[in-house]
Amino acid sequence: MTDRREQSGGADYAVRLENLQKIYKMGNNEVRALDGVSATFEKGSFWAIMGPSGSGKSTMLNLLGCLDRPTAGKYYLDGRDVSKLDDDDLSDIRLKYLGFIFQSFNLIPQLTVEENIALPLYYLGWSASERTSRAQELAALVGLEKRLRHRPTELSGGQQQRVAIARALSNDPVFLLADEPTGNLDSVNSLEIIELLTKLNREGKTIIMVTHEPHIAAHASKRLYMMDGKIQKVEG
Amino acid sequence: MMTPGRFFRDVQLGVKNLLLHKLRSFLTMLGLVFGVGSVIAMLAVGEGASEVALEQIRKLGSRNIIVTAQKPAEEQGASNVRSFISIYGLLYQDEQRLQGTIPTVKRIVPVKIIQKEGRLKNRSLEMRVVGTNEHWFDLVQRPLIAGRVLTKLDIDEKSSVAVLTEHGARRLLASEGVIGETLRLGSNYYEVVGIVQSESATEGAMQTPDQMTDAYIPLTAAREHIGDYFTQNKSGSRVRELVELHQLIIEVDSEENVEATAGAIERMLATFHKKKDYSINVPLTLLRQAEATKRTFNIVLGAIAGISLLVGGIGIMNIMLASVTERTREIGIRRAIGAKQRQIIAQFLIETVVLSFTGGLFGIGLGLLIPWLIEKIVGMPTIVRMSSLVLSLGISVTVGIVFGIYPAMRAAALDPIEALRHE
Repeated sequence: MTDRREQSGGADYAVRLENLQKIYKMGNNEVRALDGVSATFEKGSFWAIMGPSGSGKSTMLNLLGCLDRPTAGKYYLDGRDVSKLDDDDLSDIRLKYLGFIFQSFNLIPQLTVEENIALPLYYLGWSASERTSRAQELAALVGLEKRLRHRPTELSGGQQQRVAIARALSNDPVFLLADEPTGNLDSVNSLEIIELLTKLNREGKTIIMVTHEPHIAAHASKRLYMMDGKIQKVEG
Repeated sequence: MMTPGRFFRDVQLGVKNLLLHKLRSFLTMLGLVFGVGSVIAMLAVGEGASEVALEQIRKLGSRNIIVTAQKPAEEQGASNVRSFISIYGLLYQDEQRLQGTIPTVKRIVPVKIIQKEGRLKNRSLEMRVVGTNEHWFDLVQRPLIAGRVLTKLDIDEKSSVAVLTEHGARRLLASEGVIGETLRLGSNYYEVVGIVQSESATEGAMQTPDQMTDAYIPLTAAREHIGDYFTQNKSGSRVRELVELHQLIIEVDSEENVEATAGAIERMLATFHKKKDYSINVPLTLLRQAEATKRTFNIVLGAIAGISLLVGGIGIMNIMLASVTERTREIGIRRAIGAKQRQIIAQFLIETVVLSFTGGLFGIGLGLLIPWLIEKIVGMPTIVRMSSLVLSLGISVTVGIVFGIYPAMRAAALDPIEALRHE
């Protein structure tokens, strides 16, 4: 079993961005998708990143999620500089320190709820019995302990998103990164999900959520507005 | 870092994924199943056929040289008009000369062949009477069923004794009690002293020295009783022939000397025979030729096998590429969660290897079934060699790896962000 908790890098922040830039070259044109963003996301905080399309929030999300590398600037994740890592090391960072929640849930349809929840643990090298007990624990946390053997397609959207949240929590990440987590849900399920996230935050989880819906963003403790690749303002 | 347990889990995952699309996986394998199956079957048929040929040649004896009398071509038509007797074939002198002059010759079996009607009590049978010496039974080894074979004493004494073949004995007298009975061949009488097994195999294949219904008598007796003139009725006209010996089976002291000795015999016979009224067969040369043919055959088979497995491999690659496209999103999810590129490669590669290995196993099943059916239905001998099974399974798995690596690398090279966006 791989060490589960080499977790805390000892920093008092989850994420610190210093003059982060992402520039795409398109022919002779430069597109400054992210143009010098500096921010600190404290541990235990609940952030909402907002902005119209083209404001750079998707780029921000990809960088925060270690799916992409910045052109310039620094990204510290719990004290580790991750801005210059190669693909393998970034994969490792995602595996150990990040938890993704997507708009379209992104569960693997062929796997059961239990297997979906435990998927990161599979790559962390946990044994089958360890994975099962952890998946059961997390399923109970999101209220799906009776659905472990089901396939994602047999569940409602809200339930699927709860499976995704359980999966995101499985590796006990430094922060949860949620991309429009309620975007594909009706209002009742949206509320359920945002309340679940709020509850997790109260229990100490750091959450960074990208959304364009103000009433969803209202649940976060802090809101960051983006415009043209720059931070426009910070609330809360 | 790949522990056995981890590997086993990855294989399990691969099998599970393949079982999700049972029909597709099966169809993907089919190319390899038939490829492997046909390779094994073809090799089995080839082995079987060449083994029959090789066995025939081995029966002739790898240290033997067989010189056979042959009516010269020009003699067959025209000369019959002038003289009604054709004189050809090997001479008693030839035997003496060969025996005395070529040191590598170990022993010589002279053979005189006469077609005669054999009579035993009230049964009769058209037989091939073989006048020979005691060495025949050493060089043409057949199991003795009853009694004894001819001895040197029989030859020296010109004894009127005969050894029958099992087949001939059965047809003359359907019992084993034929020993001691009197066999009439033409106008002479012989005591039956023994019965040997006859070579019952395969007509039309390589000629063996013995035949189904032979009667072996001492050459000395044959000379005295029957002589060297033969009269045959051929399509209405009588053909007279003078042939002293029909065959000389010459045993050489060792295999290395066979070819040189054959050359020496050839030169000697050419010196004393004006016409080429004989032919020389060297089983060892035939054996070598047969083995060379077999090798060529195997190379051709190998090429065909290569092509069929290549086609199977392309089929696998095609399906795996489709599978990668279809599972782009899954790949994106796995990558986002933290799977490394090499883990994605391993996942897809394991799937193709599982496919090709399973296909290879099914192919072996097919490769065992087809030769079995061929033997049952067509009656052709087949030999499935263990090495052909191992080889084709190995090639099948190799094909899986070679053709699986590209789709797997394509899967791993996908940009996770793009892959996640894929619908």
